[in-house]
Amino acid sequence: MEITLKIHNLLEMEKLASKIAKHLFPGFVLGMGGDLGSGKTTFTQYLAKHMGIKAVVNSPTFTILKIYQNHLPLYHMDVYRLEKIGYDYELDEFIYGDGVAVIEWYEYIKRMLPETMFSMDIKALSETDREITIKGGGVYAEIIKDLSH
Amino acid sequence: MYVMGVESSCDETSVAIVKDGKTVLANVVLSQIDIHKEYGGVVPEIASREHVKGISLVFDQSIKKAGIQYKDIDLVAVTEGPGLIGSLLVGVAAAKVVAMNYDIPIIGIHHIAGHIYANNIEHDLVFPCLALVVSGGHTELILMDKHYQFKKIGETVDDAVGEAYDKVARVLDLPYPGGPMVDKLAQQGKDLYHFPRPLFDSKDYQFSFSGLKSHVINLHHNLSQRHEVFELADFCASFQEAVTDVLVKKTKAAAKEYQVKQIIVAGGVAANKGLRGKISREITDIPVCFPSLGYCTDNAAMIAVAGFFKYKTGNKADDYTINGNSRLEL
Repeated sequence: MEITLKIHNLLEMEKLASKIAKHLFPGFVLGMGGDLGSGKTTFTQYLAKHMGIKAVVNSPTFTILKIYQNHLPLYHMDVYRLEKIGYDYELDEFIYGDGVAVIEWYEYIKRMLPETMFSMDIKALSETDREITIKGGGVYAEIIKDLSH
Repeated sequence: MYVMGVESSCDETSVAIVKDGKTVLANVVLSQIDIHKEYGGVVPEIASREHVKGISLVFDQSIKKAGIQYKDIDLVAVTEGPGLIGSLLVGVAAAKVVAMNYDIPIIGIHHIAGHIYANNIEHDLVFPCLALVVSGGHTELILMDKHYQFKKIGETVDDAVGEAYDKVARVLDLPYPGGPMVDKLAQQGKDLYHFPRPLFDSKDYQFSFSGLKSHVINLHHNLSQRHEVFELADFCASFQEAVTDVLVKKTKAAAKEYQVKQIIVAGGVAANKGLRGKISREITDIPVCFPSLGYCTDNAAMIAVAGFFKYKTGNKADDYTINGNSRLEL
């Protein structure tokens, strides 16, 4: 299942995040693609907010992984630096864990991700407009169907 | 009191011997920067392996340089977090070996406490003291009322300062590590673009650099697409002015509100010439201290100094179950 959405401002970004947040479950794998500044971390901040996380969700770039404890924990990763390596075994237990794994630059570690997952690729059309391509199979396809209405 | 410091949280393997929290007898730093350069950043797995390769040598060199023996050491202080877990474990394991073998107490140190205490090598901390902690992974304002007591009063809500520098450098095609390069170019450019100063007028001490980063990237993209000629130096200068304006303004405001007697700047970005210049120019009524350049980047001397003060203020030594914790809170 694949859909492409256009959003025009942060409010719509938050709306999308809140819709997706309703469908999250333990073990949910959400890959995020898109250039620097396209809004990957911003989306994750909104997602965290709608998951009920009160802590400051800031960039995981430096440490690669940040953990937010919650009734449904959030594992926020930025795997940009793993481009030429393609994996990091330390991340395994969080990708295949009991929380929601949000992975920025997920394409770089594709081979350590499950075959069925949820992905969002963000393309900046202008300073505020974004085109978001959402893909997913299995249980994720149902969620995407719901997002398209 | 001889304290041995051990630091391996990121890409520097370092062991130091410091006397009485002040006199650095040895500070051996083995940097992996050339190895990680081709990846555009530190790769965790490679970093761990390089720490393993280098750590014995760094221990021995440090002891030799200090002119003491292992049995003379009174305390082993080791960075227990935050950082890359594989890297941390190497330093912690090696420090435990020394501590157990020579029956020396061991104490775990928060990496940022180390950066703050780097200032105590050349100055003495005066309380209440405000620390502006700026690095690749941190942007925080920390208030200290006395030794080894930290209160976070503000932090970044998105990117760390050093990270914003590295990402802007990446877009401008500057070599890794980007921060020092942007700083260098900024010295030769002018603030032509007047980028936004995020959260400049907010009344709290939070920082935000993600929007500024995106703004710089968008402008660069647009100029390139229109084939317009622009100077990289002006880009860097405009970015640096925006960043340092925010850092200095919030530091100044916090210093006033909390009536501090000293401001210290800590972390890798404390080496930034633009920041050093501006903060010294704009804050003249309170002494502002920076570590000298060698103590800004990761090193074990700062960990030894922090260890000395943590122990001296009555904190108990750890036992041999001490372990690395990649997400330790200060």
